[in-house]
Amino acid sequence: MRAEEEKNKAVELEDVTIALAGRAILSRISLAIESGEFIGVLGPNGSGKTTLMRAILGLIPPSSGSIRVLGEPARRGNPAVGYMPQHRHSSGSFRLSGWDFVASTVNGHRWGLPGASAADRREIDEALSLVGASALAKRPLMETSGGERQRLLLAQALLGRPRLLLLDEPLISLDPHHQRTVVGLVRELQEALGIAVLFSAHEINPLLGALDRVLYLGGGQAALGKVAEVITGPVLSRLYGSEIEVVRMGNRIFVMSGEHDLEKAEHRHDAHL
Amino acid sequence: MLTYDFMRNAFAASAIVALVAGIVGYFLVLRGQTFAGHALSHVGFAGATGAVLLGIPAIWGLVGFTLIAGLGMGVLGERISGRDVAIGVVLSLSIGLGVLFLHFYTAYATQVTALLFGNVLGVNRQTLWTLLGLAIVSLAGLGVIARPLLFASLQPELAEAKGVSLQLVSLLFLAIVALTVAECAQIVGVLLVFTLMVGPAAAAGRWTTRLGRGVALAAALALAEAWAGIALAYYTDWPTSFWITALSAAVYFASLLPFNKLRLA
Repeated sequence: MRAEEEKNKAVELEDVTIALAGRAILSRISLAIESGEFIGVLGPNGSGKTTLMRAILGLIPPSSGSIRVLGEPARRGNPAVGYMPQHRHSSGSFRLSGWDFVASTVNGHRWGLPGASAADRREIDEALSLVGASALAKRPLMETSGGERQRLLLAQALLGRPRLLLLDEPLISLDPHHQRTVVGLVRELQEALGIAVLFSAHEINPLLGALDRVLYLGGGQAALGKVAEVITGPVLSRLYGSEIEVVRMGNRIFVMSGEHDLEKAEHRHDAHL
Repeated sequence: MLTYDFMRNAFAASAIVALVAGIVGYFLVLRGQTFAGHALSHVGFAGATGAVLLGIPAIWGLVGFTLIAGLGMGVLGERISGRDVAIGVVLSLSIGLGVLFLHFYTAYATQVTALLFGNVLGVNRQTLWTLLGLAIVSLAGLGVIARPLLFASLQPELAEAKGVSLQLVSLLFLAIVALTVAECAQIVGVLLVFTLMVGPAAAAGRWTTRLGRGVALAAALALAEAWAGIALAYYTDWPTSFWITALSAAVYFASLLPFNKLRLA
């Protein structure tokens, strides 16, 4: 019975503490994410969104507690976990095509010469068509727009048919229109493929129509639940460690500290990095 | 021109080196590590002069020093990336040591000129075989690591998550770069290694969108530049290294021209 239950969990954290350079980023977190859930991961800069994802990927071992992913202990190179890191690197001045960029993932961990078999090529083409990037992939990656690039990276994350998808800030530096397109696309894929998605973002609003539950990180703590349960003054005040007011305006939510819109401020701060 | 033995050797040696430099250089430029290539060549100068002082062939001093430096850079990895000042100081120190070794050797200026600016016309049979051996080792090594190297270069975080050891890949690659630098120095000298390793690869990366074609074009451009450089030097009596650098620069700047028609797609 226990095994059956575990199989349905995409991610399970039990009393997990993660410290980086002696500083506890997450302390004694326990939570469970069901398979097939779309989770928005929010929280201020440095609250541990990327750290949590890297821990789920098996790249950062927790200093205590256990992390289980799809019923197994978290481990590096688990093919059932797809990952889209924050995009910082580029191929410099090279005009390498999106297709070659995406294809570099296939068996990329094995020694030998690059190259895709017929089956690999089919899988790449399928992933590209799932995200509507088949035509896009012929173009050089450096000549694509931010929104187009995110599509290609999403296709790359889908290779290997993952059952859990970790998307680290896919909305960064996208305009509101492209933000909506990316969120809509991820939701569509998540429902069609029946996979679990952890989608980190600075701001809750672009995700509001799409997510099932929200995971809010702050001050080493975490709160997981429905938007109405988590994005509230008392919960966020606890996470931020200061007085937070949540203002709802139509379909939008503003997280305010005094007179400042915190999520907006985070976003602007990041844009300068 | 091919009736002379030294010319045949020059064409053969430059062909071997250009192919390796073009191919390895493609990955070097793709990874944005061209400065590492530059740094290794300077370290090689100290190695070469030190070897001459000890009575060992210069190429083994080059290979030894660049290899050690390449592995050192790989081990330090992230810790030295962006430390331009520290690297610059080590570069200057290497050249300074080279000068010191030459002082003790009380060498003729030709020795220094050959090391700094290359002496492809002075390549003998034995050096040719050495270059061929080094080329085979470099390319075989690259063949083994190419797939994870490409993945780690394009998407380091994802590659790490998928189980690629970024440090190991970087270490092995820098060792291959070190061997390639040592080979290039035989043809164009330690100061001009860029011309064969970076110029053709950078142009190829702009003219192609597919990986395989990019690597092939980089190798072809390097070969064409090296051979044309030697031929031009033969007919004009100007230095070979000048012609190779001039051709490399011309091809690179041509690749920057915004003519869509020039691109091979």
